[in-house]
Amino acid sequence: MELLRFATAGSVDDGKSTLIGRLLYDSKAIFEDQLESVERTSRERGDAHTDLALLTDGLRAEREQGITIDVAYRYFATPKRKFIIADTPGHIQYTRNMVTGASTADLALVLVDARKGVLEQSRRHAFLASLLGIPHLVVCVNKMDLVDWSQQRYDEIKAEFRSFAMKLDVRDLSFVPISALHGDNVVERSPNMGWYEGSSLLHHLEEVHIASDRNLIDARFPVQFVIRPQHQSSHDLHDYRGYAGTVAGGVLKPGDEVVVLPSGLTSTIAAIDTADGPVGEAFAPMAVTVRLADDVDVSRGDMICRVRNRPHVGQDIEAMVCWLTPASELRTGAKLAIKHTTRWGRALVKDLQYRLDVNTLHRDESSQALSLNEIGRVRLRTTVPLFFDEYRRNRATGSFVLIDETTHNTVGAGMILGPTEVE
Amino acid sequence: MTIAQLNQLESEAITIIREVAAEFENPVLLFSGGKDSVVMLQLAVMAFQPARVPFAVMHVDTGHNFPEVIEYRDRVVDELGVHLVVASVQDSIDAGRAVEQTGPRSSRNALQTVTLLDAIAEHGFDAVFGGGRRDEERARAKERVFSFRDEFGQWDPKNQRPELWSLYNGRHRKGEHVRVFPLSNWTELDVWRFVAERSVELPSLYFAHRRQVIRRDGMLMAVTPFLELLDGEEPFTELVRFRTIGDATCTAAVASTAGTVDDVLAETAVARITERGATRADDRISEAGMEDRKREGYF
Ligand SMILES: Nc1nc2c(ncn2[C@@H]2O[C@H](COP(=O)(O)OP(=O)(O)O)[C@@H](O)[C@H]2O)c(=O)[nH]1
Repeated sequence: MELLRFATAGSVDDGKSTLIGRLLYDSKAIFEDQLESVERTSRERGDAHTDLALLTDGLRAEREQGITIDVAYRYFATPKRKFIIADTPGHIQYTRNMVTGASTADLALVLVDARKGVLEQSRRHAFLASLLGIPHLVVCVNKMDLVDWSQQRYDEIKAEFRSFAMKLDVRDLSFVPISALHGDNVVERSPNMGWYEGSSLLHHLEEVHIASDRNLIDARFPVQFVIRPQHQSSHDLHDYRGYAGTVAGGVLKPGDEVVVLPSGLTSTIAAIDTADGPVGEAFAPMAVTVRLADDVDVSRGDMICRVRNRPHVGQDIEAMVCWLTPASELRTGAKLAIKHTTRWGRALVKDLQYRLDVNTLHRDESSQALSLNEIGRVRLRTTVPLFFDEYRRNRATGSFVLIDETTHNTVGAGMILGPTEVE
Repeated sequence: MTIAQLNQLESEAITIIREVAAEFENPVLLFSGGKDSVVMLQLAVMAFQPARVPFAVMHVDTGHNFPEVIEYRDRVVDELGVHLVVASVQDSIDAGRAVEQTGPRSSRNALQTVTLLDAIAEHGFDAVFGGGRRDEERARAKERVFSFRDEFGQWDPKNQRPELWSLYNGRHRKGEHVRVFPLSNWTELDVWRFVAERSVELPSLYFAHRRQVIRRDGMLMAVTPFLELLDGEEPFTELVRFRTIGDATCTAAVASTAGTVDDVLAETAVARITERGATRADDRISEAGMEDRKREGYF
């Protein structure tokens, strides 16, 4: 059984909570006591019917305000797949939450209200999905019951969305007309929309092909922890030296000729150990322990890769950064801690090139700072070399976070565009 | 080249555990003998083998234990050669740090927070692994994998650090600590699948056995020396198993004939009530019970 992580985004009242509640309910991921508690709340509020949206509503503050304000994770499974939903609020003031939820998603589900059509918010959600490198985008045209199940309306929305999405880097775009409230095309094909030839949303989620989304070309192994057994009792382990980590790209095999960065020393992979014993190959996102044939010096933060396929090595990078905190701004000259793969360093903001309007994609080159929820293109200089790839090529070796050195809070999320061009 | 979902969850948990071992000075893993903590410890073994687990485990002991669980705890710790710290709620009560509730419905569950926070301070633990899962309860659904606690051990749900990709930020000042939840993305069914696939031994309480119980608030409570009976409560013998194991006074059993891991898996796959709803007497107190307790520093 495979795992599919998807992020949901929708403007307030598009029906996102209802849709998630329905997916959980219809796939029997809702337990009776949870349903009872939701039914009780619905009754107390005087709702006409049980509000499935309440199922996805978490903390007390949110219950009081009746809205979702942070990323919440939900789980359900069908016989084919296990699903992890990162449920994120859609309003612009929660862009950072959307970015967070999208960072690990294989698929983004964007809701559009059939009556309202493609709004500024829908465009923003699609843009964020593409910026965060989510390979699959599914647009649910919701509330089809309120537009008389009209194929014409659905086609209009589809055409409009498509023309906008052409400007984005979306690899796989699909559409499903649904009614989250009544369940049409959510789990089963709807008898109300005979004209729709595609599959139901759940069927699509079960079938969408994600295995080839991973980078299986560029072998990247950031060393996380060095394993050296210390106990006296086992002499046979005396010389054991394993480099534990999680494969970040490509395929590693025993016998591969590899180079260790930053030292540049070369060796071959002697073995790849896992909980199931030695294996013949390892690929992302497997957590394994690599042993090398030679006694080279390797420590946490180093990167093992193929001799003829190396990442960029450098201290000057260009990246899109989303600013995540209301407490400060990102400005030229700012100094921050940076975490990239298993490596820490410090970063200096050399230049804020432009701020991007997430609604219009307009580039504001006169901008002096990025504040909460804003996204811009920056140049960074780091104190240590990073071993990186373009984010579009590899999300694991192309991403980083920025940390405030005083508060230790995570304040920025970065997606690497490449090394800074020398002018 | 696909990776099965359980292996993917295992890899994610191992990545998290290794990251903590690499970045913190003095981590500890909460180990109660309950299945989530057993699975977490097993993953820690997998993360560092053939070396030993490089941190201690800690049991916050309410004193209201099932003897089978303590026997199990001591045996596992001994086999793995890990150091066990026992933080005792009784000691907190004796020292006047915590005040025992009285009466038949009293429980030491809430008192564990004091003992836990005191032990974290006393031993200087900077990272504390917990077996919490996001599917357990609504307040947990939004908690980070690396969940920051201030110098009072408090969690601020409105002020959580953003957590992107698998770039975990464990930075903290002296006196603060981070709770780490490697099983965040696991469901109860995943835990049982892991137990089955990896042949993990669990305390016998998890499998159907005959036991003296009483029925209270629709739940089956084990008759133990710690449970005060209410008027009209009549002990009877029932074939039961536990879905969670905690303090003996507030963990209920469920009627079950599931004697093996496979039987339990089959039951879990069709269970219609969450394990907390079915078996945690104290979580029923209020809707927001867990959120309040977590803010104060509970597991
Ligand atoms: N008629 C109709 N109403 C819907 C549909 N989906 C959601 N709604 C209603 O739209 C309102 C907002 O839905 P909700 O799920 O809370 O939206 P959210 O803010 O996106 O989470 C609620 O009153 C829902 O009952 C639908 O498919 N058809």
